[in-house]
Amino acid sequence: MSDTSVTPSPAGGASPSAGARPAPAPRRSRSTRPGAGGPGPRARAWASRAPLLPALVFMIVVTQLPFLGTLVISFFSWNSLNPEARAFNGFGNYGTVLSDSALRSSVITTVVLTTTVVLVSLVLGLLLALLLDRRFPGRGAVRTMLITPFLLVPVAAALLWKHVLFNPEYGLFNGLLNTVGGFLGFEDPIQPDWISDMPLFAIEAALIWQWTPFMMLILLAGLQSRPLDAIEAARIDGAGDWQIFRYITLPHLRRYLELGALLGSIYIVQHFDAVFTITGGALGTANLPFTIYQTFYRAHEYGLASAAGVLVVIGTIILATFALRVVSSLFSEEGGHS
Amino acid sequence: MTTADPTAAPAGAPGATGPGGAGDPAAPGGPGRTGARGGTTPTAVGRPRGRGRGTALAVVAWACGLVFVLPVVWMALISFRSEPDAATNPPMLLAPFTLDGYREFFGLDGGASPWPPLINSAMASTFSTLFVLVLALPAAYALSIKPVKRWKDVMFFFLSTKMLPLVAGLLPIYLIARSIGMLDNIWLLVILFTAMNLPIAVWMMQSFLSEVPRSLIEAAQIDGARLPVVLLRVVAPIAAPGIAATALICFIFSWNEMLFARVLTGVTAETAPVFLTGFVTSQGLFLAQVSAASIVISLPVLAAGYAAQDKLVQGLSLGAVK
Repeated sequence: MSDTSVTPSPAGGASPSAGARPAPAPRRSRSTRPGAGGPGPRARAWASRAPLLPALVFMIVVTQLPFLGTLVISFFSWNSLNPEARAFNGFGNYGTVLSDSALRSSVITTVVLTTTVVLVSLVLGLLLALLLDRRFPGRGAVRTMLITPFLLVPVAAALLWKHVLFNPEYGLFNGLLNTVGGFLGFEDPIQPDWISDMPLFAIEAALIWQWTPFMMLILLAGLQSRPLDAIEAARIDGAGDWQIFRYITLPHLRRYLELGALLGSIYIVQHFDAVFTITGGALGTANLPFTIYQTFYRAHEYGLASAAGVLVVIGTIILATFALRVVSSLFSEEGGHS
Repeated sequence: MTTADPTAAPAGAPGATGPGGAGDPAAPGGPGRTGARGGTTPTAVGRPRGRGRGTALAVVAWACGLVFVLPVVWMALISFRSEPDAATNPPMLLAPFTLDGYREFFGLDGGASPWPPLINSAMASTFSTLFVLVLALPAAYALSIKPVKRWKDVMFFFLSTKMLPLVAGLLPIYLIARSIGMLDNIWLLVILFTAMNLPIAVWMMQSFLSEVPRSLIEAAQIDGARLPVVLLRVVAPIAAPGIAATALICFIFSWNEMLFARVLTGVTAETAPVFLTGFVTSQGLFLAQVSAASIVISLPVLAAGYAAQDKLVQGLSLGAVK
């Protein structure tokens, strides 16, 4: 817990003022002492920083500067179809964004989509990780089968769900309903139009299918790092399966569950492909990335899109602060880095 | 790894435990708990008492694996069918084999060829991965083997950029690209994909490079080896598998990206996922063709993902989980 003071500052926060930490470079501790060593130690310090600089500068230029641009544009009233009317608008765009019902509903959609997908895939991932955390014939093959959904191109996975599985006339789901219904002797088995009848569920199902393997991998790594001696000791003391799971495994997994939830949230809050492909943002499924894309790409409302983007960033920073804390606690737990 | 016991609670219930547990002579009473107490060896397979339940759990695990992979297998199956055979209800298990879906997708019977987008994707992914390696390797060196002051702050700066939603920076990038004539240019995507993957790569490489024992490096230096020699002979062999996995993961993320590619490219620099979005709206009977397209475009990712399987979780969790 020594380094939780780090804050994710998006705008050029190359070195936020974090608390003092033990200098990890033992051999050159006093690199920039004023006036003492002359150019020698300072030059050495720069020499050791040099390998870092290209990556750092590149990241600041490519990721931080555009965001500053977004921030500036968000204060202007600017529709690209009517560029003459560009004018400073103060917080006007923010007011419009916050009072716009479409945008507000896309905030709710984003929250619902992200929470559902993350929670369900975490639970399923935990069950699968528990199943895989033991030796059985073909364990490697099962693991490979399980991660396959995650290795489809997201657009391809969304197309698979939209056309191959969900299609009301010839999709696999209705086909199976028909087959099973026929076996059971139903006259005409139900044939739902999945995407029209339950649009958000359709997207969630596709995303859960893709993200469960991700959670499974993280939780499996967590299970395999459990302290075996503690479990054996508990067992010798007469602890049952459930007690071991409840009092040893679950507390140990807490960090990994948090990490999975937060990384999953970060990826799924930003998710665009499935919404774009499966419903095209219709039927109340437009999430924030999709709405911003549409405001900018279809409606050409640059100012509004930027204001929405800034709001998304603020939301993400709140989320990311927790995520960074979790990652940093895992990070400092591992001895190898010190 | 450990005994099967914690798994019993959630997954042991459905079915199959009955016959296995009853038929197992070495499980006298209450197959669950007594079996757990008896087992002191860390392997589940060789343990006589848990064998019945172990078999049941293995069956459940196999069933789960099959359920997850089934949609992909089904898609592969119907991609080799004629369009009418692919779109039957109820579905046919077997149908005549044909490559028509693939012929159609590759534009052999007229229509747009997928090769330019595939080549664009390959270029964008390969070059951005190369740039990522060139930038991330030295950076990771300065963050692990010879760490700069406050190296943790630098690490978390990289991580925080990954958490910014990409879509928030899309508009300014679009405007800048338009004003300098970089729209519909594959090199713009190369730059953006590099920025997208650099934080992941820095985190992964940092964790791989810090696995190189410091004493080895110091020993080599005492023997008079210069830095390039140390890097090539000592660091590289140990870190090579990690570097390869990093490259594969960066390749996957670049290949998958669709939002930026869609907004910033047009006809010439279109990438494969953007080409796939052409299948979003139904075009009559085209199921075999959609399946063929999805499979062909996913193949590089599947190959890279299976190759990086062991390091996948470390990469996806930004090196936080090993």
